[in-house]
Amino acid sequence: MSNESYEPKLVGFLCTWCSYTGADLAGTARMQYAPNMRIIRVMCSGRVDPQFVLKAFKEGADGVLISGCHPGDCHYQEGNYKALRRHRLLVKMLEQLGIEKERFRLEWVSAAEGAKFQNVCDEFTEEIKQLGPLNWNGGEHEHREA
Amino acid sequence: MEANMSTEKPKVAFYWCSSCGGCEESIVDLAEDILKVVEAVDIVFWPVAIDIKKKDVEAMEDGSIAVGFINGAIRLSEQREMVELLRKKCQLIVAHGSCSHLGGIPGLGNFWNKETIFNRAYHTTPSTENPDGVVPQETYDLDGKELTLPSFYDTVYTLDQVIDVDYYLPGCAPPRDLIMSAVLAILEGKLPPKGSVLSPNKSLCDDCERNDTKPEKMVMTEIKRPWEVIMDDEKCFLAQGIICMGPATRTGCGERCIIGNMPCRGCFGPTDQVLDQGAKFLSALASILDTDDEKEIEKLVDTIVDPAGTFYRFSLPSSILRRKRMEAIK
Repeated sequence: MSNESYEPKLVGFLCTWCSYTGADLAGTARMQYAPNMRIIRVMCSGRVDPQFVLKAFKEGADGVLISGCHPGDCHYQEGNYKALRRHRLLVKMLEQLGIEKERFRLEWVSAAEGAKFQNVCDEFTEEIKQLGPLNWNGGEHEHREA
Repeated sequence: MEANMSTEKPKVAFYWCSSCGGCEESIVDLAEDILKVVEAVDIVFWPVAIDIKKKDVEAMEDGSIAVGFINGAIRLSEQREMVELLRKKCQLIVAHGSCSHLGGIPGLGNFWNKETIFNRAYHTTPSTENPDGVVPQETYDLDGKELTLPSFYDTVYTLDQVIDVDYYLPGCAPPRDLIMSAVLAILEGKLPPKGSVLSPNKSLCDDCERNDTKPEKMVMTEIKRPWEVIMDDEKCFLAQGIICMGPATRTGCGERCIIGNMPCRGCFGPTDQVLDQGAKFLSALASILDTDDEKEIEKLVDTIVDPAGTFYRFSLPSSILRRKRMEAIK
């Protein structure tokens, strides 16, 4: 597929206190950014179960973003540290399953950083365009066709 | 006369697919209890023990077998063919053991595909002597006669990804008390809802005798593999820095590994609330790593050798992603 016509599907889990508010700011300030991100608001980046990330990839996401408050700023004290530890371990496991580390991203975006959210969306979309679609199918139905 | 007598008893079939034979052994391990089973049922198909052929099963009436116990994952077209046949002939199908339930150890083949597995097995292992580079073919012409072999799939499947399954008997291999209570429940018609895993729906830690030794705040400052340390035989493994799948694994096994001073490897699979055992364990493990510093976290994560193979040791085909991406296999 040519990179010109390919539009990646991205899923973003944004914490309600910082990153979702930051994305909202980008919107109210009418900043222009790539429209590829499907945003899911969660209470905290520490709420993002690794199962959510795998499910997003299974359901057709080409890239997944988790975004939370900057270290030290978590509304629940340490949820974002849990997200950080899970992210690093999950990146390693996803690579073993053939999913490149670029496809799973963790970013800190505060409520004031609308412009950072804009950058993250543009950059992530561009990076996944270069990588191409994930094409996950899990070996589905091979046994029925055979 | 014999035939008349036997038709009054419920009929049972056993079959094996991609497995090691340990689940067959688990039936034999019922020891004297197997006599009770044999008294109550008529075993009509069991390739490992009795000489009944596929054509004999085909000749049986559809639905005439009360229950079929099938162990092993699905890796070959022949296995698919046999389990589809048994599904037609049996009223109930029980996935017997980790491989049919979750994919099991053969399911680790999902990190590879047919080509890479064949290349390793028939060409590159140090013990392979194959100067002509012969590889099994699905069809072969021998003096005008066509010989055939089943096809080998790129992906290993759980039993319920191929046929409808009524119950799951977990474990590698399932312990005898679970097998006996499953058999009795079937005979007495006291069955739980369809799709149940026939073992308690709580985690191994709930039953673990080492649970009392768990510290107030559980943290891991380093990760050790079992061979790197002399393990305390009373203390919680996670508190010792050893990966134990207990928090993400269903109980009912009788803690055989823990009693043998080895951490849980996860053969019973997850509880009903969990979709993906490996992801859930990853989540739990990451939560208790004792550092908030990015560099320290990365150093600690580096010491976890083979997370996918460890967290999905028995459950890769049943996991959300099921296998390594085909495009990523070289």
